[in-house]
Amino acid sequence: MKKLINAADSVVTDALRGIAAAHPELRVDPENRIVLRASGPRPGKVGLVSGGGSGHEPLHGGFVGYGMLDAACPGEVFTSPVPDQVIEASTAVHGGAGVLHVVKNYTGDVLNFQLAAELCAEEGLEVASVLVDDDVAVRDSLHTAGRRGTGAAVFVEKVAGALAEEGAPLAEVARVAREVNARSRSFGIALSACTTPAAGEPTFELGEAEVELGIGIHGEPGRARSAMAGARELVRTAVEAVDEDLPVSGDVLVMLNGMGGTPLIELYVAFAEVAGLLADRGARVARSLVGNYVTSLDMQGFSVTVCRLTGELTRLWDAPVQTPALRWGR
Amino acid sequence: MDARFFTAWIEEAARSLRDGRDELTRLDAAIGDADHGSNLDRGFTEAVRALAERRPATPGAVLALVGGTLIRKVGGASGPLYGTAFREAGKALGETPEVSPAGFAAALEAGVAGVRRLGSAAEGDKTMVDALAPAARALAEAVQDGRAAAETRAGAGRDPSETGRGDGGLARALEAAAAAAEAGAEATVPMQARKGRASYLGPRSVGHLDPGAASAALILRALHTVASR
Repeated sequence: MKKLINAADSVVTDALRGIAAAHPELRVDPENRIVLRASGPRPGKVGLVSGGGSGHEPLHGGFVGYGMLDAACPGEVFTSPVPDQVIEASTAVHGGAGVLHVVKNYTGDVLNFQLAAELCAEEGLEVASVLVDDDVAVRDSLHTAGRRGTGAAVFVEKVAGALAEEGAPLAEVARVAREVNARSRSFGIALSACTTPAAGEPTFELGEAEVELGIGIHGEPGRARSAMAGARELVRTAVEAVDEDLPVSGDVLVMLNGMGGTPLIELYVAFAEVAGLLADRGARVARSLVGNYVTSLDMQGFSVTVCRLTGELTRLWDAPVQTPALRWGR
Repeated sequence: MDARFFTAWIEEAARSLRDGRDELTRLDAAIGDADHGSNLDRGFTEAVRALAERRPATPGAVLALVGGTLIRKVGGASGPLYGTAFREAGKALGETPEVSPAGFAAALEAGVAGVRRLGSAAEGDKTMVDALAPAARALAEAVQDGRAAAETRAGAGRDPSETGRGDGGLARALEAAAAAAEAGAEATVPMQARKGRASYLGPRSVGHLDPGAASAALILRALHTVASR
């Protein structure tokens, strides 16, 4: 497997150096692995910190900037960050109004952010945490670690970031973040596995005529395997899974997300099907994103995330944002 | 068992995790996200470095430093979980400079309890607990049997330090613990995961050895290796 890297164990640090070189509006600490706004904390504004394993770019570092995150903590590839990173990031972005941690629901992310939040609290820094768990492929039951956090992380960070920018207090920012998560659902399908730099070979075997249904974002296999089909049929499977869990209706925000290895033209082919299926169900695509936002290295595939909008959420989604991966209105 | 013994354990565990790195990553790729081997290799390498730099004087301080290093350096779920295990075990040892087999059995028990608490995992969930818990039980039993045998012999006029306290008794007790961990890890193969990333697979997690249980068995085997030297 060919990879455009220098060495498997320096991928994250090397990529952070690249982010630093490309985005002078960010302050990147490649050694401690923190991406911050170069402008520093704004007094009275709630700080937003997220993080998770690397390999999902642009998540989360690409969402640091005006109107979204204040800091991101990238871990090793597919490995959650460590508490030290989260504590340092939280301290750095604290503008006196507390800090919100946006945590995707994976055992490692939850444990490390929890330890960090406890240590921040001991230092007198007020932290609230919001768990993102939008993936309907995993049944939320006592028999699993609970639904995974995937595409809705982008919606949560954008909307909560906009409210924080307006100067809302921590409890309000946390409330809107939880509301976005509660109104969002995702489902992903892989056409191929991904290859981590450390493993050097695909994380699972997938035949030419097969797809993996209900994948997460770490190359972990999904719930089931099925026969390869056309875009219409694959998208139908994803939309039906979302709709079954939280019936779509009214104005919706939709993200058709590529997993890193799918050409944009195919994502648009898929999005045409998504829009049609949502219209059939009486929902209107009020806002949309099509592209690679929450990736899984070089995996071919896609995920669909749907959020049922409210007036407030639409307004906050439309608010100005200026980050490497999302920017409008400013 | 003194601070040098525990430091040697961590060095041996680090070697064994480095040798087993690719295999652990392969196990993790099957039902997780293919990072377990590289994460533990990195974490234990850091722990060995920290021990060499700081040279903690007591067994409790050795384990506390290892635990703190794993929590700070590894990430993922295994960092906090193994870190907590070592920290809780270190706390249980207190400041004693020389740990008895019974004292270590109690510390291992405390470490396992910490993992159960943090991970909300029970035996049968297909996690490292499936290797750690039987190992803690086996060690406690072996220590108790060793003591009973020693008392019997003491009654017959023999030196009670021969078994359970002497090095041979210690190695035997740690062999029991390592064997129980290995059997416990093997027993995760037919289990369906209920915790961690493998749980997302549902029934498809059946038929695979849990990588966390496998690494726990390696770490406990390293303990026996050091005691047998």
